[in-house]
Amino acid sequence: MNNIIKKFLPQILAILFVVLIFGFLTINAQTNMDNRGIDFGFGFLSQESSFDVQFSLIEYSGSDSYARAFLVGLLNTLLVSFISIIFCTILGVIIGVARLSSNYLIKNSAAWYVEFFRNIPLLLQIFFWYYAALRALPLPEKANAWFGVTYMTVKGYYIPAMVWENLNIFLYCGLAAIISIIILRNYANNLRDNKGKQIPVLLYSFAILIILPLLSFLIGGVSLEFELPQLKKLSKISYIYEGGISLPPELIALVLALSLYTSTFVAECVRAGIEGVSKGQKEAAASVGLTPNQVLKLVIMPQALRIIIPPTTNQYLNLTKNSSLAAAIAYPDLVLVFAGTALMQTGKAIEIVSITMLTYLTISLTIAAIMNWYNKKIEIKEK
Amino acid sequence: MQAINFLKPNRDNIKNYSIIGSVLILISLIDVISNAFLKTNLTSFLPGSLTTLFPLILGLIGLNMMRIDYSGNKALDLLNKNINTNNFNALLTLLILFSIIKALPPSLSWMIFDANISGDSKDACTGTGACWTYIKVWFRRFMYGMYPNEFHWRINTAFILVIALGFVGYFMKENLKKYLALYYVIIYPVIAYLVIYYLISGGSFGLQWVETGAWGGLSLTFIVSFFCLIFCFPLGMIFALGRRSNLPVIKYISICYIEFWRGVPLITVLFMSSVMFPMFLPEDFFMDKLVRVIIAITLFEAAYCAEVIRGGLQSLPRGQYDAAKSLGMGYWKMHIFVILPQALKLVIPGIANTFLALVKDTPLIFVVGLAELAGMLALAKTNPKWLGFAMEGYIFASIIFWIICYAMSKYSYNLEAKYKTER
Repeated sequence: MNNIIKKFLPQILAILFVVLIFGFLTINAQTNMDNRGIDFGFGFLSQESSFDVQFSLIEYSGSDSYARAFLVGLLNTLLVSFISIIFCTILGVIIGVARLSSNYLIKNSAAWYVEFFRNIPLLLQIFFWYYAALRALPLPEKANAWFGVTYMTVKGYYIPAMVWENLNIFLYCGLAAIISIIILRNYANNLRDNKGKQIPVLLYSFAILIILPLLSFLIGGVSLEFELPQLKKLSKISYIYEGGISLPPELIALVLALSLYTSTFVAECVRAGIEGVSKGQKEAAASVGLTPNQVLKLVIMPQALRIIIPPTTNQYLNLTKNSSLAAAIAYPDLVLVFAGTALMQTGKAIEIVSITMLTYLTISLTIAAIMNWYNKKIEIKEK
Repeated sequence: MQAINFLKPNRDNIKNYSIIGSVLILISLIDVISNAFLKTNLTSFLPGSLTTLFPLILGLIGLNMMRIDYSGNKALDLLNKNINTNNFNALLTLLILFSIIKALPPSLSWMIFDANISGDSKDACTGTGACWTYIKVWFRRFMYGMYPNEFHWRINTAFILVIALGFVGYFMKENLKKYLALYYVIIYPVIAYLVIYYLISGGSFGLQWVETGAWGGLSLTFIVSFFCLIFCFPLGMIFALGRRSNLPVIKYISICYIEFWRGVPLITVLFMSSVMFPMFLPEDFFMDKLVRVIIAITLFEAAYCAEVIRGGLQSLPRGQYDAAKSLGMGYWKMHIFVILPQALKLVIPGIANTFLALVKDTPLIFVVGLAELAGMLALAKTNPKWLGFAMEGYIFASIIFWIICYAMSKYSYNLEAKYKTER
């Protein structure tokens, strides 16, 4: 009897506590909304939003619904996260490897890079890039061309746009190339396991990856043209580039800050991963006659990646969550468009903040679930 | 290969080679230095791109001539081992050296030589460099926000008092040490709250009332992160224990709590505290904006704290639990006397890291209209009398935050090293 009480009393109390808190909050919210004449509901999502968004990946205008505004914000968040993840990975791997270099100068520069960018709040870094560094860029009419065709100006970065003809054929070719590479790899693995023959898979894969899309240009009727940004005079003193794609300075500042900041954490993960593989593994692999390349590819990297990937994904998640700081410099991400402008217009605080939080929560939990599954899969099965 | 082999030194001729090599390196360094500091191009007689590559090529040859496996000369060996193991390393070494030399003069002249600090208005800034006058004039605002100037001593006194109270643990008598946890978890936060409330907020004891809207600057960063830390720690401990509980309801409530807060960005939490939270409070109940923000950040950081503490709990060997149980200890006794003291010691570095993240997150409170350092900068930047000094402001704030965070991270690193050896 005593045991049963010990077991169930805390649980019942905990449930009661949670129910009471939620009940209290709900009743308060109900009375507050009644008093202010607000009703709860998600009907507003299909209403006309009647506000504009500066930068959007999909067609959007003020006559579209709030749901579409939400989508615009979400896509912008995903875009900035995606670009930053790519840059922070490249930088992070380079810095992480550099921290293990035998060269005193390189090792210490990398260490100082990490210490420097890690210890300044991200918001300050975003502000610095946006309000101080990017404001020092030239006006459109004075900008010099980078790589001949792109222009970095105070109003944004202008790059040529790609104009495709028969894009779908090209995409099918790319898909076919990827599928055939997978088949080739399986075949090569089979061959190696059963007959002990090695074929240069990497070389063949590259060849397939280049030749198939190339064929689509030659005989598939695909063509690609570039639309270059052209300087255009708006008024006496105001110039702008037309054509091409313009990346707004908000996006650039955000990508710079996010990737520099997160790359320090990625670098630490990479360093820990490589250091985590014991020296004996390398020596053992060399002593069974593997070449240095094979040692790296077959022994060191598989073990290091196992240590590197979980914390790095965590950093990617942090980056995605941190991208919400975009709201501070008015980059139209999910928080600014939806929890900012849309909330201001509709006044539906509870619904909108909940949707925003749930969206981030969904992204986080989905990636976390995938990561858990992946970790289980690559776990070393000890006997 | 044969062709460049004549550049390879051996032990017999290393003396000549190292002399020629160091002369070549010296020439390349002199070229770069004169280029950077004196703005004269010594090699202007060379065509186009060769003049920029000239020091690099010269330095590479020089380093290549000095490279030998074992020379017998200590200094040379040290050099070769650390910065000159192969051509690629030598190239990177030279590139880093040259870029440091190149970057030094402009940044030095901007920050120091061409900078202004005298005067107290924008007109004093005549140089081409930084305008530190701006920082000097706004310094009090950056530190104390809109808090009235004549009352700044109140903030300072409150901070000194709180810090002094925090050190009480060091001087506590041996027989009182068992109450230390009680002191830090319950008594200290209450005292600190009272000190800050009565001294900084004022309103009684003849002190003038200063509303929280006027608080700001770096002192607000400290206040927010201090309260969040002392509140999130006990809360995190509860949820960490809850997550490891055998009782399913408690376990799943804890998991939900932790995963929820860890899955959302802080900025949405702050939005929640400012626009959604008032809706959930009783009708005529008013809660200050600062208090709402502190509650929101505490709830948020508690989830991270819980995960850190859970890590400590998990890393204890099962034997500790079994031993405690076999002595007949109950759940609470076991945790208070055996498990938590060991686990908490293990997680001190992790907690320090969480706190570091917390300090770095405090500038975010600017989205709900509380102006701490970053917020004050944004305010100062738009002041019509002081337009165009964003760079100075952000560099100043970055340096301050960097010093705070770097000191903390070094401290946590030392703690980690200290507790690592004990097991």
